[in-house]
Amino acid sequence: MAFVAAVAKRSSTVRGIKRPSTPYLLLIPGLLWLCLFFIYPLINLASTSTQTPSESGEIGSYVQTFRFANYIDAFSGAREQFTRSIIYALIATLLALAISYPLAYAIAFKSGKWKNLLLVLVVAPFFTSFLLRTIAWKQILGNEGPVVTVLRGLHIIGPQTGLTASAFAVVTGMTYNFLPFMTLPLYASLERIDPRTLEAAGDLYANAITTFRKVTFPLSLPGVVAGTLLTFIPAAGDYINATLLGNPKTKMVGNVIESRFFEIVDYPTAAALSFMLMAAILILVAVYVRRSGTDELV
Amino acid sequence: MRRWISKNLIKIYAFLAFVYLFIPIAYTMAFSFNDAGKSNLTWRGFTFKNWQNPCGAPEVCSALGNSLKIGFIATLIATILGTMIAFALGRHRFKGRSTVNLLIFLPMATPEIVLGASLLAMFLNLGINPGFWPTVIAHVMFCISFVVVTVKARIASLDPKLEEAAMDLYASEVETFRRVTFPLVMPGIFGAALLAFSLSFDDFIITNFNSGTLTTFPKFVYVSSARGIPAQANVIGSLMFLLALGIVLAGQLVSSRKNRV
Amino acid sequence: MVDKAASVKGDLRLSNLVKAFGDFHAVDDLSLVIPEGSFFALLGPSGCGKTTTLRMIAGLEEPTSGSIAIGNTDITYEKPYARPVNTVFQNYALFPHLTIFENVAFGLRRRGIKDVKDAVTKVLELVELGHLAQRKPGQLSGGQQQRIAVARAIVNRPALLLLDEPLGALDLKLRRQMQIELKWIQTEVGITFVHVTHDQEEAMTMADTIAVMNEGRIEQMGSPVELYESPRTVFVANFLGQSNLVKGKIEGSSGNDLQVSVHGNRITVPSGRNFAKENSDKSVLIGIRPEKISIEHSAGNTLGGGVITDISFVGVSTQFQIQMPWGQELSVFEQNDGGASHLQTGDTVQLSWKPEFTFALDGTADVDAGTSVNPDEE
Repeated sequence: MAFVAAVAKRSSTVRGIKRPSTPYLLLIPGLLWLCLFFIYPLINLASTSTQTPSESGEIGSYVQTFRFANYIDAFSGAREQFTRSIIYALIATLLALAISYPLAYAIAFKSGKWKNLLLVLVVAPFFTSFLLRTIAWKQILGNEGPVVTVLRGLHIIGPQTGLTASAFAVVTGMTYNFLPFMTLPLYASLERIDPRTLEAAGDLYANAITTFRKVTFPLSLPGVVAGTLLTFIPAAGDYINATLLGNPKTKMVGNVIESRFFEIVDYPTAAALSFMLMAAILILVAVYVRRSGTDELV
Repeated sequence: MRRWISKNLIKIYAFLAFVYLFIPIAYTMAFSFNDAGKSNLTWRGFTFKNWQNPCGAPEVCSALGNSLKIGFIATLIATILGTMIAFALGRHRFKGRSTVNLLIFLPMATPEIVLGASLLAMFLNLGINPGFWPTVIAHVMFCISFVVVTVKARIASLDPKLEEAAMDLYASEVETFRRVTFPLVMPGIFGAALLAFSLSFDDFIITNFNSGTLTTFPKFVYVSSARGIPAQANVIGSLMFLLALGIVLAGQLVSSRKNRV
Repeated sequence: MVDKAASVKGDLRLSNLVKAFGDFHAVDDLSLVIPEGSFFALLGPSGCGKTTTLRMIAGLEEPTSGSIAIGNTDITYEKPYARPVNTVFQNYALFPHLTIFENVAFGLRRRGIKDVKDAVTKVLELVELGHLAQRKPGQLSGGQQQRIAVARAIVNRPALLLLDEPLGALDLKLRRQMQIELKWIQTEVGITFVHVTHDQEEAMTMADTIAVMNEGRIEQMGSPVELYESPRTVFVANFLGQSNLVKGKIEGSSGNDLQVSVHGNRITVPSGRNFAKENSDKSVLIGIRPEKISIEHSAGNTLGGGVITDISFVGVSTQFQIQMPWGQELSVFEQNDGGASHLQTGDTVQLSWKPEFTFALDGTADVDAGTSVNPDEE
């Protein structure tokens, strides 16, 4: 059958505009933009990360001294926030997966003619500003909000206990905010499963749980991988939820980078932390993708 | 009863998930009708006042205007550049393809704070002050990848036989593109533009780094959150929600009427 | 520019056509002439090169070598939109964003014809779908889409219409109906039709001439009757219908007949029906179609001592599997006219047939060529 693939590949020879320079002409403007405003800033950031304050002592003025110890200093200064970022992001990702999977499954297999409408409804909440939504949560979960009032009235929580300004609130906010990034890829891969394969599994003596474990879940794995990545990456770098819903003890690495940049004007440390965050995420992603055996992401 | 529950468990679960998704929306909308005065934290009575005068609170509408302007310009540029890349990737064979794919993927895998911080550092190094255009540049940068991925998916789902049929029916390469390829990819481009706009409009982190003193709508919300957000912000949030929902639903309706394939 | 193409007329001439994908030759030195106005079928299993041949004629694939000409005009390297050739694609490839009317008008408009209404209306009436002009393709049934695909192509009055497995997506009943309709349309418009299919019944029903293709080459070309009654290769004998092929050795000849010994039996083959190449050990394969064999009557050639191993009743006929003394199983189809109804599995029978139905093929060929291909592929 190899030749069929070869035929399919070559069949594309007469299609579209076929000057060899065309693809490059199409690529150049966009890629140039990405090189100038994504790649170059990253290189620039890398260079900033090893700078030290200039002799003049002027605030915000740094010179390149290739001081790689900046990384060690930056990390030891923000170790706590760093680990917290990764842990919060992991928990939020798992919670989002737990919420999204049944939801995506229901939309893919149980929604009938309502499928498109439900899909729109999944995305719809994200048309309001995510800051407004996060602040809404803050007020809903706040001490004067309905949830705390009811819980206190039922004596489930003590009169002094609140829900906001806590790790719980931060993780809840993150879970909520990145939910569609999880649901949509899950839906896309579940939707591609032929329901007959699930019936076949049932026909071949698999009960509902075995069918899910041996057929549905493995087939939806690309969606699981894409969804968890799309949730984990922004969650790990997020600091808005921590700022709005947390307390000083729930600060994440994003908070540190932000304050280093704007408040302390310590660009090298901010740059070093940015790079470590990016490296940590890319390493985790690479390991995860390799272990789950799905190479195609884009 | 128990059988009914176990049979419909997944639907009940999905329903609850939707409730969870919509709680903050309902809250935001409800409080847009709050006769709030200065602080919109507690319910003080129903009013249409905020809806009649959405620009009533200081700065709300100038912030909104900035966000819309940035959103439109960034969407336009990102959609054009991203669509061009998507066509190159989807319709041509060339060297360095995997490098291009990586370059498209990386911005999506980079935390926003890193994107924002690195751009700001570069602008400062070059002596460019943060503000309107640096923000537009930043938004185009992070929107391109999403446009490429969306449009590429649409191109990939296109049957190459359709283009062959057009050429077979006396359409030259240019005409084939104009009459068949482009119209068929159009819904994908439209969807990509919508996505780019909502990403741009809703962005806070990267904007916060690169906009300097310019206020965008998310920045306005963030800054005023400390002392309570004016109810007018809820009105604008609700309006954006209804508008976007309307556009998407109308788009769905049109496409389901137009080509049921 | 395009309408220079419209004046091109004449026979389609493929000369030494080769299409190579790396080391693999999808089409291997193919030469044939398709007369103007004929209904021609390229028949073969999937992967035999028939679709590649069609795509080269359409201009969607460039030949590695060789040439394609219509009449005296060489079109080998002409762009698809510059040749007077239109295609009915597999799965139709109707433009989903255009109405039926605009789909049909597409080719005319591209050729700069301003007033398309009459031509489009006429061709839609020809396929009896005039009332659907303002619909979108997605709202049509498979059979209707198929007819629109034909209309969209023939409205351009091409010198040549290519049909790529045009009925593959239709169910059996509709396929039968469309076969008759396509044939009628072809007589009506008088355009040369080149039809690619893996379905031998479809090819035989519609085409005046069939070329059977295998591994990039033409095995045999001729009218349906010719191919069926006188297959010249084992592949054709097996691919078109069924054949019983038994090894034998030429003993000698008398008059116009050859005498062949087949496992100790003497079988007569008309010399004109010996398609085997001369070879030193004079081995041949004796071929006979199952429906030509009789179990009851004695008629010239006979093979005795067969045991019935299986009987299946298929309505118009009953099919017997008969194991011969040398172990080979042969098929026999008997008309259900009451004659063979008493036969049972295990009965010992004698097979006989008229010598003029016998044919002889190359004895060194693979007996199974053309049998193991799955006709539903592709």
